Amino acid sequence: MSTQPPVSPAPDERVESDRLLHDALAGGKLPRWAAPAAGVASLVLAFGLNVVTFVDGVAGTLVVAALLFATIQTGWSFAVEGRRHAVDRLATTLVYTTFLVALAPLVAILLTVVVRGLKALDLDFLLTSMRGVSPRAEGGGVYHAIIGTLEQVGIAAMIGIPLGIMTAIYLVEYAAQARSRRLARAVSFFVDVMTGVPSVVVGLFIYTAFVLTLGMERSGFAAALALTILMIPVVVRSTEEMLRIVPRDLREAAYALGIPKWRTILKVVLPTALGGIVTGAMLAVARIAGETAPLLLTTFMTTSINWNPFAGPQAALPTFIWDQFNSGTDASQDRAWAAALVLITIVMVLYLTAKIIARFTGVKR
Amino acid sequence: MSTTVKPPGAPETAPEIKGAAVRRGDQVFLGLSRGAGVLILVIMAAIAVFLIWKAIPSLQANTANFFTTQDWTPDADPAYFGIAALAFGTIMTAIIAMLLAVPVGIGIALFIAHYANKRLGAALGFITDLLAAVPSIIFGMWGLSFLMPQMQGFLQWLATYFAWIPLFQNDLGIYTRSIMIAGTVLAIMVLPTVSAISREVFLQVPREHIEAALALGATRWEMVRMSVFPFARPGMISASMLGLGRALGETIAVALVLSATYTINWQITEPGGNTFAANIALRWNEARPTGLSALIASGLVLFVITLAVNMFARIVIARRSEFSGANS
Amino acid sequence: MSLSRTSGLAAVMIAGALALTACGSDGGSGTSSSAATSTIECASGSIKASGSSAQKNAIAEWVNAYIAACPDATIDYQATGSGAGVTDFINKQTAFAGSDSALKEDEQPQADARCASGPALNIPMVGGAINVVFNVEGLDTLVLDAPTLAGIFNNSITKWNDPKIAALNSGAALPDATIAQFHRSDESGTTDNFTKYLIAKDAWDFEGGKAWEADGGQGAKGSDGVASAVKSTANSIGYVELSFAEDAGLSSAAIDNGNGPIEATSDNAAITISSATVKGTGNNLPLDIDRAATKGYPIVLVTYEITCEKGLSGTDLDVTKSFLTYTASADGQAVLKANGYVPISGDLLTKVQTAVAAIG
Repeated sequence: MSTQPPVSPAPDERVESDRLLHDALAGGKLPRWAAPAAGVASLVLAFGLNVVTFVDGVAGTLVVAALLFATIQTGWSFAVEGRRHAVDRLATTLVYTTFLVALAPLVAILLTVVVRGLKALDLDFLLTSMRGVSPRAEGGGVYHAIIGTLEQVGIAAMIGIPLGIMTAIYLVEYAAQARSRRLARAVSFFVDVMTGVPSVVVGLFIYTAFVLTLGMERSGFAAALALTILMIPVVVRSTEEMLRIVPRDLREAAYALGIPKWRTILKVVLPTALGGIVTGAMLAVARIAGETAPLLLTTFMTTSINWNPFAGPQAALPTFIWDQFNSGTDASQDRAWAAALVLITIVMVLYLTAKIIARFTGVKR
Repeated sequence: MSTTVKPPGAPETAPEIKGAAVRRGDQVFLGLSRGAGVLILVIMAAIAVFLIWKAIPSLQANTANFFTTQDWTPDADPAYFGIAALAFGTIMTAIIAMLLAVPVGIGIALFIAHYANKRLGAALGFITDLLAAVPSIIFGMWGLSFLMPQMQGFLQWLATYFAWIPLFQNDLGIYTRSIMIAGTVLAIMVLPTVSAISREVFLQVPREHIEAALALGATRWEMVRMSVFPFARPGMISASMLGLGRALGETIAVALVLSATYTINWQITEPGGNTFAANIALRWNEARPTGLSALIASGLVLFVITLAVNMFARIVIARRSEFSGANS
Repeated sequence: MSLSRTSGLAAVMIAGALALTACGSDGGSGTSSSAATSTIECASGSIKASGSSAQKNAIAEWVNAYIAACPDATIDYQATGSGAGVTDFINKQTAFAGSDSALKEDEQPQADARCASGPALNIPMVGGAINVVFNVEGLDTLVLDAPTLAGIFNNSITKWNDPKIAALNSGAALPDATIAQFHRSDESGTTDNFTKYLIAKDAWDFEGGKAWEADGGQGAKGSDGVASAVKSTANSIGYVELSFAEDAGLSSAAIDNGNGPIEATSDNAAITISSATVKGTGNNLPLDIDRAATKGYPIVLVTYEITCEKGLSGTDLDVTKSFLTYTASADGQAVLKANGYVPISGDLLTKVQTAVAAIG
């Protein structure tokens, strides 16, 4: 520790540091009504500009008002409060602005889907198929598409989730062993690669490999295969994260009691991480439920109900929406939006369930 | 382990599994989980090998330079196609999407994490998470039906007052079905993803860092700049990369909005343009074998681009996380 | 604890799913808007077909009439496009394909090979007119000829009040505005047949085909995309099938093929189609349509149903033959007229009916 006595700052430095201290602690502050005042002033000015100059339209006026507000408030703050607080206020304005700007289209989308979707949505719509209903006529429903989506996504989940969990277990529990390290690294790398495959390329792969080359027919199962490939990397990554969070002490306590590794994983590690794993799985399922491109290439549209995903044409919600939207008539457009509403609802129910499970099992997700 | 005398009243212990049974159970389980990992490798290898195999015929038949040609007639005789326009469109729309979505997404995340009160923040966080799961076909429908007509006025204004930037010049007076609009739709689609992941990262900043900054008298912005951003930088990058990946591979929304042309047009408010994914969606059903092979080749190029982006992101994150507090 | 909550939730969801399976049905039993369906000889079973999207609405109406009379049959038609339809047919995925153009030279032997014991037939079944639709304020009628049409669609004529257009439309109030031209961004038989007309009149410098080749204008996806684009854009022009033009309520241009302006109606198009000559042999009926000299509406397309003369089996054979017999009958063709399509008539229809009868 130095024994030098503190050196008092040189005269002008002292004035500067005193001034800064004074500004920070007891300096001028903008009055409480500063923000609203600046807001009103900028609105008035913007309106004036609207009348007088090239600024036109509601959106244009609002944008100019926002710019003026930022300038006025920042300038005023700079004069009264000093640079640091001025920058802070500017940052706050920017953050609030981006928030409002971003929320507008997102809320607009939700509202559009709900408002336009409710037009054609009723119980009949949910429980009838399109058999016998021509594209221009009203009526018909999405029952066959809901069945198709549930079955295809269900099969994909039944294959993809166990596969993903087992792979994650391998990467977390066994990767440390010297023997497995290279394989584990390769697997991890390729899971990353899988994350990046565009969904349309996966659809193209299943179409050319299974349908064209192997002669398999276009069916719900072909779609399920494409969806499985899309969901595996998501499940692997989220399960991996959850497994890593399980404290090492828990595992070591089990080993110390003589419990074999596989039993530890099954009975100790997995149940601890179960909440997070289920959440991750449901998120993956929600994501693939809305995939359109791979379904276009691997399924065959039908207007009738088909309970068999392994043979014959099967409809699904995304392809139903695509087909109806492209039919152009008013009735089919209404059906498309209503089906979109149904799809969003299913996705959101899955999502909500995931969140509830996460909340109850105490997982921070 | 030798058994000992059980104390009276002790509950029956579960039968111990020892010796060979343990080893077998472990081996089976190891085999299963390793098998799962190997299956992943096999699937990926199958996809790569098969697609490359199927892409070769068209590349051999191509009489044009695959990388620089701006045309797409693989089924003509002779085959003549190239991905120049597709690459341009894909990258341009992705850049526009990123330029719009990343600042706004981080802004929202910042708002939810540090500027809003807790309840509002939780509600908004929930809404953005929900929006991240909305299927992309709905974005496409909305973009075509509602966004495109609404954007006309803005694009016209842009072309009138910013024509000194060649990018925004518009010689046709027509503002629909352009790369600009497609990029905007992609931005809105990617926004919730970027925002949700950034928000999670912002919420994980250790409270000590934040409180230390505030205790030193920092304004809120300074606190964000000093404590939050350095810590969250890898997370923000990974959020942006995830969004970018989604924007690069988006098919349906772009297919509905773009007026598919095979030319590189830097004046992005004019109609025209095409992306890899949209091209596949628009062309696959009328494609004859060479055409399908050409589409697969373009799909592979897209795959490689997405892969490169992912790898780059991983490298950046890995390097940065050495310096951030994330490892503590 | 978490396990029981998770399993409780799962139980609720499964119960909900089971409840869902209990209700719900194939509600619609077919529209009976068309004429007597009692003349249909029914078959049962389900078949798949795919192909041209131009005939999508026609097939939908036919299928609905068919299954109204024959509830045990299911016919699934997927309008993925002519190319995909032919590919599906060659790969034995479908019972018949709908295609806007007859099988090409290299496709015919592949299709023949798919039909174990006989050749593949191109059977013309659905006629259509391609309307040139426009949306100009104050303009109700428009007359165009091949060179002007080509000029508009290859971007050499850019304004509505261009002298070439004015020459054909004396007295019309043509605005001084840029033409917003729309074409198809996806490959389609509509584009193919539209450009075939321009090529037949020596007005088009490109090769033609299903993909749009000219620069300029905007591409929209699907005929409905073009129709709604024209409808929502001022001073626009585009080409769509008759049924789409009617659905969207758009005005269509009359085409002057050398004999004065001909309106784009089903009857006028029928004149062109019925004067087509068959260039195939036996029951294979690919058509040669004389677009250059016809006195009817010249921009037409014909969609073929491609199937096996001999070689289908089982359900495929029964349902396909029964269905195509219905569509080729007078009742079936009458459905076309009512829905914005053009019926096949006269000698050609007799040949079509003979070809269908030969299936088996």
